[in-house]
Amino acid sequence: MKPAPFAYCDPQTLEEALELLARHGEEAKILAGGQTLGPLLNMRLAMPAVLIDINGIAALEHRRADTKGLAIGALTRQSALEDDADVGALQPLLALTLPQIAHRAIRNRGTVGGSLAHADPAAEWPAIATLLGAELIVQSRARGTRIIPVQEFFITHLTTALAADEILCEVRLPPSAPGSGYAVLEFARRHGDFALAGAMARLTRDAAGRLRDPRLVLFGVGKRPERASCAEAMLAGARPEAGLFAAAAQTAAGETDPYDDLHASARYRRHLAGVLAGRALEQAFARTGEDGHA
Amino acid sequence: MPETSASGSRTIRVAVNGTEYEQSVEPRLLLVDFLRHDLGLTGTHVGCEHGVCGACTITFDDAPVRSCLMFAVQADGHRIGTIEGMAEGETLHPLQMAFWELGGLQCGFCTPGFLIAARDLLARNPDPTEQAVREGLTGNLCRCTGYQSIVAAVLEAARRLRQAPQGKAGEP
Ligand SMILES: Cc1cc2nc3c(=O)[nH]c(=O)nc-3n(C[C@H](O)[C@H](O)[C@H](O)COP(=O)(O)OP(=O)(O)OC[C@H]3O[C@@H](n4cnc5c(N)ncnc54)[C@H](O)[C@@H]3O)c2cc1C
Ligand code: FES
Ligand code: FES
Repeated sequence: MKPAPFAYCDPQTLEEALELLARHGEEAKILAGGQTLGPLLNMRLAMPAVLIDINGIAALEHRRADTKGLAIGALTRQSALEDDADVGALQPLLALTLPQIAHRAIRNRGTVGGSLAHADPAAEWPAIATLLGAELIVQSRARGTRIIPVQEFFITHLTTALAADEILCEVRLPPSAPGSGYAVLEFARRHGDFALAGAMARLTRDAAGRLRDPRLVLFGVGKRPERASCAEAMLAGARPEAGLFAAAAQTAAGETDPYDDLHASARYRRHLAGVLAGRALEQAFARTGEDGHA
Repeated sequence: MPETSASGSRTIRVAVNGTEYEQSVEPRLLLVDFLRHDLGLTGTHVGCEHGVCGACTITFDDAPVRSCLMFAVQADGHRIGTIEGMAEGETLHPLQMAFWELGGLQCGFCTPGFLIAARDLLARNPDPTEQAVREGLTGNLCRCTGYQSIVAAVLEAARRLRQAPQGKAGEP
């Protein structure tokens, strides 16, 4: 099918875009990479009166690394990050995960901000942001800049804390602790498809071999990606002994609230989540270095 | 600031396979339909219109993208490459040759998309493993070949491109 008619604007500055959004409100949709919005428009599941194309706003494509971590402009293409070796070195989770997002042609257009704003529970970016404890920088003309911690950003399936007049400008990822090991495991019928279930883990151990600030996120198995907080509590401070990761993975699977759809049943998704969580923990642990020595 | 109403149109200038075109388009015109209907470049195919099949893959400023997920207005001032620009005159690109010789196509509907994606894959990785070729092409669907002959053709083309005189290998 073809999209319904819409008015088209292509602001070249953030101020212009915010002004347009303030003026058109709910009538308007932001167009970033179009890799999600495009299908919705083509199928007429979305019929906005106005499309505000932000692809011309170069100021939203920045990257900045400092002691506070890595700041990524919302319009940054997935493939641009994938090809940036510095980004992968600073944030190993990105190097592991980016190649698993969709396909190269999709990553060449799809943006980090578009993926976060869309908030698909099976998508990788919301899971990355949740695991790392990201901050989201949003702006509107009426209220200026807000900084939203990730735990307040994703509300439920396809729903975020972004107001209709707000644009997501930047995501900030805190620095990776030295020696941290990461893993991301997904089960999809075809490489690059949305995962039926996925698990991301980060483990760090201290000089005594105890796990410090362990993180485990399951995605595609609930209304939003969630940290498995009971499993994390089992792991924190523990010395990895036989059975610990399996037990934590079992607990994590029990914490999920998966859904049935035509791709998989909720039971199957929960089972997958447990298996993937266990493997992710093993893999992440195998990649840890001694505290301070990667 | 530039704003085009739903019933209005906008003049775009775009370079397709090195030729400059100036054309007036309405905002909702998909880039793939612009190429096929307005420019008559029907080598780019339309399959699913929602980003899944890869039949509409073209290059936008040299990077492969789905032309069903872009609007013609977005191409203003940019460089587009389609399958029509792949051969040099009568000389087929090594990928095209290998597809032909090894049966990398049957009905041919998916072929333009596969060729564009494969050329980019080889430009980034001139010596891929079979697994890398399979993963690199998962964004393109073929209902005929069962993929074996496509993968074989890409590996064979990669081998020939690596042996080709300097400057040829990996060149888009
Ligand atoms: C075949 C296919 C397979 C895919 N597989 C995966 C996958 O495996 N994993 C995955 O994570 N994704 C996948 N995707 C989705 C892809 O990653 C999208 O690019 C991404 O989710 C949306 O980014 P975008 O820049 O294209 O956003 P758009 O489609 O342009 O926008 C998406 C939504 O976000 C809003 N929006 C965009 N940017 C902003 C902003 N800065 N501020 C406020 N609102 C904004 C838009 O208004 C729209 O509602 C797939 C897509 C396709 C077509
Ligand atoms: S027609 Fe564009 S991906 Fe199928
Ligand atoms: S050759 Fe027919 S779809 Fe691929």
